[in-house]
Amino acid sequence: MKNIIEVKNISFKYPEQSEIFKDLSFEIKRGEWTAIIGQNGSGKSTIAKLIDGLYQPMSGEIFVDDLLVNEENINKIHKKIGLVFQNPDDQFVGATVEDDVAFGLENQLMSTDEMHTIVEKSLKSVNMWEYRERVPESLSGGQKQRVAIAGIIALAPQIIILDESTSMLDPLGRKDIIDLIYRLKQELNLTVISITHDIDEAALADRIMILNQGQLVEATDPNDMFSNEDKLLELGLDVPYTVKLMDALRQQGLDVPHRYMDEGELVKWITQLK
Amino acid sequence: MSNFIFGRYLPGNSWIHKMSPQAKLLISFFFVLVIFLANNLISYAMLIVLILATIVLSGISISFFIKGIRPLLWLIIFTVLLQILFSSGGTPIFKWGIFSITDQSLINGGYIFIRFLLIIMMSTVLMLTTSPLALADGIQTLLKPLKRLHFPVDTLALMLSIALRFVPTLMDETQTIMNAQRARGVDFGSGSIKHRIKVAVPLLIPLFTGAITHAENLSTAMEARGFTDSEHRSKYRIYKWQKRDTISFLVYILVAVLVILVRK
Repeated sequence: MKNIIEVKNISFKYPEQSEIFKDLSFEIKRGEWTAIIGQNGSGKSTIAKLIDGLYQPMSGEIFVDDLLVNEENINKIHKKIGLVFQNPDDQFVGATVEDDVAFGLENQLMSTDEMHTIVEKSLKSVNMWEYRERVPESLSGGQKQRVAIAGIIALAPQIIILDESTSMLDPLGRKDIIDLIYRLKQELNLTVISITHDIDEAALADRIMILNQGQLVEATDPNDMFSNEDKLLELGLDVPYTVKLMDALRQQGLDVPHRYMDEGELVKWITQLK
Repeated sequence: MSNFIFGRYLPGNSWIHKMSPQAKLLISFFFVLVIFLANNLISYAMLIVLILATIVLSGISISFFIKGIRPLLWLIIFTVLLQILFSSGGTPIFKWGIFSITDQSLINGGYIFIRFLLIIMMSTVLMLTTSPLALADGIQTLLKPLKRLHFPVDTLALMLSIALRFVPTLMDETQTIMNAQRARGVDFGSGSIKHRIKVAVPLLIPLFTGAITHAENLSTAMEARGFTDSEHRSKYRIYKWQKRDTISFLVYILVAVLVILVRK
């Protein structure tokens, strides 16, 4: 499989702050769900903005679908990448749900008729069509994030980056959004990058990258990562619920295998016990 | 903030709701001008009938209009009282020091009161039946001629629609900050003027910094969705001047002509 995103030796710093990234490189494969985790201030959100060309690296190059991210290609890059941000209120540009979904299409100078078709399709795919005339303050946080996702789906991107998009939602809203993204990923064959603090969300990914002090620590699949819990705790990160449970079972004298199991697998393993 | 109706839009499907925003704006301005032409009972009566007909056509309950008047009630009473107490002319009914009430001043006071009422009613109809986006769009259409003078009409319209969209969000935030500061012992709404100005600081500063954060995040989100500038965009909603706009305008012009005919 080809890499859809290639980050080559980038360095970046904000004005009047010390360097966040120095000589950072990584790739993301097409069609993969990648989770980027790390502590606050490790540069997770900055990565998203660098990939989308909202910030320019001091040195190094980023390629998105073989396009170099620079001033010249910026419009094409924005079309390829859909960003969902953290705060649902801060990304709601339109006066109503419909208008917000149409905002990106308006920027592309699309004709009105075409826009109406796409807006309807996008809102239906996130189950928000009945809410099309609602104003943002009458929606819940999870509903606003659904609208934000619809606005991005409308633009038919190849990559969706979730920049801590579920961190301001309640557990139900969070699960809802993750399930939605998972479904859309399968349907539309998307590449998903989720930047998150939620370790259980990260456990769903095909690949996990840990950012620590501007460096990429690991880029492995969840099984490798969560079987090495000491390392995670050392980096100031949490471990998933099942890993904690397995630990507690071990302390009770049970012989739990040393590999990562998700909820289904663990339930299966427990029911096999005599 | 439930009784705050500025920027509140009530979706609906009435004749007035379906009118194009530019027509509604034009008619509102026109109506305000006509109000100042009216100067006797019959002309005011005609305008009152007209605005009542408009309200009925909008299909919105009258209680919303009463709510709209409430915050301005003190201003209205103050102005009407000034008019009654200080105007000269006519037969004096009551005199005390510099204050005098004449039959003429009572009538003038009444007229001022009706004028206020009519203007508020009209602007409330406009606000309640027109979504912020439509309003911004209407203004954009009406200001289009200014483009020749290099006036950034599209940018203004975008700013306006974002400002209107954020009014409720910022109101909510104000409430949250006030409650948070109250929980920490800040006493809003009592004490001397100096004290009141002082306690506004722990409300205003978080509100300003919050607004700056909103602006920064919103602009990033807009850019990520391909926003480059406000001129090169197409429109999801198109508000064309329709037959019903012409009919409505003709009714208003007819009433205006009648008002001019019956005025003294």
